[in-house]
Amino acid sequence: MASLVGSRVERKEDKRFLTGKGRYTADINLANQTYAIFVRSPHARASIKKINIDKALKSSGVVSILTGKEIADDKIGGLIAGWAIRSEDGTEMKCPGNPPLAKDNVNFVGDPVAVVIAESLAEAKEAAEKVEVDYKVLKAVTSTADAMNGDTIHEGIDKNLCFDWLLGDRQKVKEAFDKADKVISIDIINNRLIPNAMEPRACVADYNAASEEITLYTTSQNPHLSRLIMSAFGNVAPEHKLRVVAPDVGGGFGSKINVYNEDIVCSWAAKKINRAIKWVAERSESFLTDIHGRDHVTHAELAVTKDGKFLGFKNETIANLGAYARVFGTVTPTYLFGPCATGVYEIPAAYTNVKAVYTNTAPVDAYRGAGRPEATYTIERLVEKASMELGIDKTELRIKNFPTAFPFKQTLVHTVDSGDYVAGMEKAKQMADYKGFEARRKESEAKGKLRGIGVTSYFEACGIAPSAAVMSLGCGVGLWESAEVRFNPTGQVTVYTGSHSHGQSHQTTFAQIAADELGVPIENIDIVHGDTDKGTFGMGTYGSRSLAVGGIAIVNACKKIVEKGKRVTAKMLEANPEDVEFKDGEFVVSKSNKKKTIGEVAFACYLPGVRDEMKSPLPEGDEPGLKETSFYDPSNFSFPAGTHIAEVEIDPETGHVKLEKYTACDDFGRIINPMVVEGQVHGGLAQGIGQALYENAEYDETGQLMTGSYMDYTMPRADNFPEFNIGYTCTHATTNPLGVKGCGEAGAIAAPPTVMNAVIDALGGQEVTMPATAEKVWKACKNLKKSNAKAA
Amino acid sequence: MKDFNYHSAKDSKEASKLASSSSAFLAGGMTTIPSMKLGLATYKDLIDIKNIKKLSGIKVSGKSVTIGAATKHVEVSNSKDVKKAIPSLSSLAEGIGDPQVRNRGTIGGSIANNDPSADYPSACIALNAIIHTNERKIEAAKFFKGMFETALKKGELIEAIEFQIPEKSSYQKHPNPASRYAIVGVYVAKHKGDINVAVTGAKSCVYNDKEMSKALSGNFSSSSIDGMDLDSSEMNSDMHASADFRASLVVTQAKKAVDAC
Repeated sequence: MASLVGSRVERKEDKRFLTGKGRYTADINLANQTYAIFVRSPHARASIKKINIDKALKSSGVVSILTGKEIADDKIGGLIAGWAIRSEDGTEMKCPGNPPLAKDNVNFVGDPVAVVIAESLAEAKEAAEKVEVDYKVLKAVTSTADAMNGDTIHEGIDKNLCFDWLLGDRQKVKEAFDKADKVISIDIINNRLIPNAMEPRACVADYNAASEEITLYTTSQNPHLSRLIMSAFGNVAPEHKLRVVAPDVGGGFGSKINVYNEDIVCSWAAKKINRAIKWVAERSESFLTDIHGRDHVTHAELAVTKDGKFLGFKNETIANLGAYARVFGTVTPTYLFGPCATGVYEIPAAYTNVKAVYTNTAPVDAYRGAGRPEATYTIERLVEKASMELGIDKTELRIKNFPTAFPFKQTLVHTVDSGDYVAGMEKAKQMADYKGFEARRKESEAKGKLRGIGVTSYFEACGIAPSAAVMSLGCGVGLWESAEVRFNPTGQVTVYTGSHSHGQSHQTTFAQIAADELGVPIENIDIVHGDTDKGTFGMGTYGSRSLAVGGIAIVNACKKIVEKGKRVTAKMLEANPEDVEFKDGEFVVSKSNKKKTIGEVAFACYLPGVRDEMKSPLPEGDEPGLKETSFYDPSNFSFPAGTHIAEVEIDPETGHVKLEKYTACDDFGRIINPMVVEGQVHGGLAQGIGQALYENAEYDETGQLMTGSYMDYTMPRADNFPEFNIGYTCTHATTNPLGVKGCGEAGAIAAPPTVMNAVIDALGGQEVTMPATAEKVWKACKNLKKSNAKAA
Repeated sequence: MKDFNYHSAKDSKEASKLASSSSAFLAGGMTTIPSMKLGLATYKDLIDIKNIKKLSGIKVSGKSVTIGAATKHVEVSNSKDVKKAIPSLSSLAEGIGDPQVRNRGTIGGSIANNDPSADYPSACIALNAIIHTNERKIEAAKFFKGMFETALKKGELIEAIEFQIPEKSSYQKHPNPASRYAIVGVYVAKHKGDINVAVTGAKSCVYNDKEMSKALSGNFSSSSIDGMDLDSSEMNSDMHASADFRASLVVTQAKKAVDAC
């Protein structure tokens, strides 16, 4: 039987998605359901003086109106940060309370203060307009760079500072800088982004008064984790009385990791009114209240010798957390950022210092790449600048500082098990025709255009993550993953995974893995996820962990099935278990023609007897049935890496940047399904290029979101992109049995510096902030013209 | 969205009769419906004019192209007659919004709304259009009054737009990257007697740039306007483009348009 791993198996999920048969949360309607509308703060910062619901209560169709007071009276808990970070001085991070409905203060535009529940959506909306909230408006803090000088947002949190964190050794870095021939320094902004999943957030909560169970259908990347948080911290219901279902989910990109206010409020309120409640975000609510991403202000320096050896690295960053610290809010700018900030280079001394600040803006949390795009942008912009200042070819300078051997003990935290960065660079150069660039630059010049080329070499730590390691660093949970593999008596297989698919194609790729492990046709394998009532507890999908952690749990559970199958076969065929080999779905007694198919073995396990004989196929000690579970805790992160090369052409008259060529050469380890990986790379690149050229979440000084719709927030579109040139180098991970590394975030990590390095190259080294909009680039072109005229 | 009454008018007369101070005509609904959904506009009555047969269709004579008010953008962009008579008008229609908008939005709706960054108003100015309403004929130069403001009176309905066929013409736009409306759009048309340089997106309302028209009437070449320093004091300024950038883009797009003529 040919191996399915590595082949372009068509997606099992496409039929239902492409024919409109997907079942998303908003598709779910329950008998006698009500509709919720949230009353949200129109102010970025205010204290609530009074809420008057009298008029609204009289509005047609209103079932209930609940405010922060009721939720506090019922002792329902708030939203939490999942990772405890300690400051350089040893003090613990400072987090404000974040009640699901604000009671005393609101801290960003969109912060919910009340929920209106009515018989119809229109009636809920109408009534919500009649809720009168009397606010005392306070001065908002919105700037990342100035947040520490603003008014104190949360009582007791001085300078709006959550923590002041250090990773690395300042003294060693000082010594390295003292020895340097040259110091390259850079000031950069990592612009704030809004994830914009295609499906807006939604939830439907139901309560069964007889069983006292709450069922919550919600748009989550991790239903089990959501249940744990809602139960342990939200006090909504004990875990066994709370079922969380995340059915088809239309994209998350990190924005659906969090438990949100609406999940808690609707679950709590459904029990209170003893009816089902449905809430679906409008797009404008998504813009305002989904978690945002990035938003760093960074000063970084690189100490180098004159021949281009890197000696030391400094990174001073202010990270905006928004109004509250949420689940991955505090780890994103620390342990997901700092360790990767030295990039793919041997740098003997380094530190990263992050001051995480609160502002009156939407909470900032993990968004595709989470910390690693910010890290890669920092080091790769710096290395590109070093290449310009040292006059060393940008690819040569990088190669000169690549590690020469693996495992590569990276400066700050990670030990990278495998990779070949030089091979990746050489292949990328060839794919991009790096040598031919100067000729293309001249052609552009002849047309009056400016052409630039940009390079990025990146690595990322994903496949999160070894539980003991992350918990030692402050993580509130372990990051293992579970799988359960169940045979039916008639031989089909159901695989339950604790990870969640919201676009990642697990139904296909996980089935490919199980089909190879078990020798069962892929059509006979179902992948089940997304329901706390089905399968074992799992940690969910983020940080490119589903395959490298969840996939391995499936492999391990399959291996346990095979082990049992060998024992049962041996008993049935009167052989020694050690003599039974398993291949392509058959258990064969070696050096004989005796064999059993895995289907026969499964059947025997469920029907362990024979008519007229007192005989069991089960060896002593083995129970009936064929079902195995695995909880896999990885021994290390996984480390995808690669080199990307972009070429842009700029029209100096309009500032328009045209992305002419984009080459991505990635090392994702072993590839399960190349078609799915291409999709992941394309999507990541679209978002990464979007950050570089188009997307930007902008607040005004009063904290109003200026880019709150697609009229002003530039989502990239297909016609913004060239045909992507994608290739791979595959060095297998040595730390997991499949040799896989993860591919979901690579594009979003590598593309921003790649594109910006190309833009800045075209602009003669002038700094431009992301997104490189037409006007910014036009201004830079004018400056370039002036300075060229002077030089002439 | 608040409740409203829906009417489908069978002719202009009925449509006009149904109109009141709390009504709106509904053609493609590409602005009206989203405004109502967002609560920015509320109407008691929507009067659908799409079923009025007389309002749809394209007629080409030797001197002009006349397009019915309820004609969709896609119909204009696909029309062989328009492509032949005024290719720039066809390509303007092809560049409006996205396929969904082009399949619903109408020319009459676009000019009646007079969004400062809409495309069609510049075509009306550049192509010396005459706006035919159920009451009168209005020259384009007198039709567009200001931001979202036209010469139309309450209950007055656009029936058709008559464009003069130019010798040469071209429309060039620098789109807003998010909405793809024009940050600046310039429609240059060379007629037998005059040259129009109609600009949309740059100011609160579409206008004919006399300074550039004059420069081009001496020598119809992009070099005549190259480097022209336009007064930006009345230009729009927002997060997507400052007034100075817009002023520069007007010249750049005008040059492109002249070159493409």
